[in-house]
Amino acid sequence: MAVGKEIRVKIASVQNTQKITRAMEMVATSKMRKAQDRMKATRPYAEKMRKVISHVAHAHSEYRHPFFTAREVKRVGIIVVSTDRGLCGGLNSNLFRLMVQHMKRWQAANVEFDVCTIGRKGLQFFQRVGGNVLGQVSRVGDQPHLDDLIGTVKIMLDAYIDGRIDQLFIASNDFVNSMTQKAELEQLLPLKPSEDSTIAHHWDYIYEPESKEVVDQLLARYIESLVYQRVIENIACEQAARMVAMKSASDNAGKLIKELQLIYNKARQAAITQELAEIVGGAAAV
Amino acid sequence: MSTIHVDIVSAEREIFSGEAEAVFAPAVLGEVGIMPGHAAMLTQLRPGEVRIQLKGGEQQAFYVSGGMLEVQPKMLTVLSDTALRAHDLDEAAVLKAKQDAEEAIKDRSGKVDFAKAQAELAELAAQLQTIQRLRRRGGG
Repeated sequence: MAVGKEIRVKIASVQNTQKITRAMEMVATSKMRKAQDRMKATRPYAEKMRKVISHVAHAHSEYRHPFFTAREVKRVGIIVVSTDRGLCGGLNSNLFRLMVQHMKRWQAANVEFDVCTIGRKGLQFFQRVGGNVLGQVSRVGDQPHLDDLIGTVKIMLDAYIDGRIDQLFIASNDFVNSMTQKAELEQLLPLKPSEDSTIAHHWDYIYEPESKEVVDQLLARYIESLVYQRVIENIACEQAARMVAMKSASDNAGKLIKELQLIYNKARQAAITQELAEIVGGAAAV
Repeated sequence: MSTIHVDIVSAEREIFSGEAEAVFAPAVLGEVGIMPGHAAMLTQLRPGEVRIQLKGGEQQAFYVSGGMLEVQPKMLTVLSDTALRAHDLDEAAVLKAKQDAEEAIKDRSGKVDFAKAQAELAELAAQLQTIQRLRRRGGG
């Protein structure tokens, strides 16, 4: 029967799309779980690090690191963590909207800013709108390693130590749960002093080799680990957002198929009725 | 014999956590042996083997590619690096990140075009809203 060939083709095409979105949904679900596991795995390091740093901050060291001293803010640095790929709902655009708000606020206060981007979407955003991008890394994949980020983070740390920036922020998504991700801008430098004041008595570490060298290295590692954590968390966010987006896409495709099927059935019915009417009409004429 | 609590962690995962009688680690100025009650110490590690003597004398060894060692009288933390780190390597990474950015962004005016940014974001928001409206209509 020649009726509704276009509709049948259309249905088949939507079905194919639905297959893809369903597959993407399932892939995102499983990747999200893995990313969440990795998120948990990175926590002990950062916690231990934080403990050591609060010890260092309380130990009466002769050397005070610039990361602990706040300066007048003339220029800030931002590390923007975004995804490499799209099709993840409003995840990146929410983040960029937050960034633009803050950037306008800084501009109003005559504070300039430098940017480092992690992830392709962030880079593309700044390619389009302009901005002073000092460094970037993209295509870190689903299982990024800390070494991928060292360069980008060090650019900002060097800039801070040299006094080219007076504050360092990181913009990324916070994984609230699999349905909710929240764009956040967090201050990395200067480090906020911890409230833990249990260790009050006078003591200090034995440093090997020099307190300056050791503390420098420790703090750089600390910031790196914070950025790394954020990157991992952002990946979990990406997968969660993609999962939700693909689920709704699959649902929509299902609805579309239903509607098309209905139209197709109606057209087929109409064709049959018409054919019958013609036969009956023909028979009556004989 | 008393014991000391040992944690070995890297940025990517937790490697070891437990009690030990003694720990031997490759510090930059030479290998150190830590027993329970050691004075507080903070040192850098070279790439090498961290050996842990568990209760009962059994030994366990972990390779670290450098990192930090923190010692408190009752606990010891090894913050292990996940990769070989050296000043030159770090500088190379910086250079690479910079070059990548320079290649990606040819027009380095350094000024953010806010009008463009906001127009773009508004468009994205509108798209998302439309999708949501379509969904609601379809679902109702």
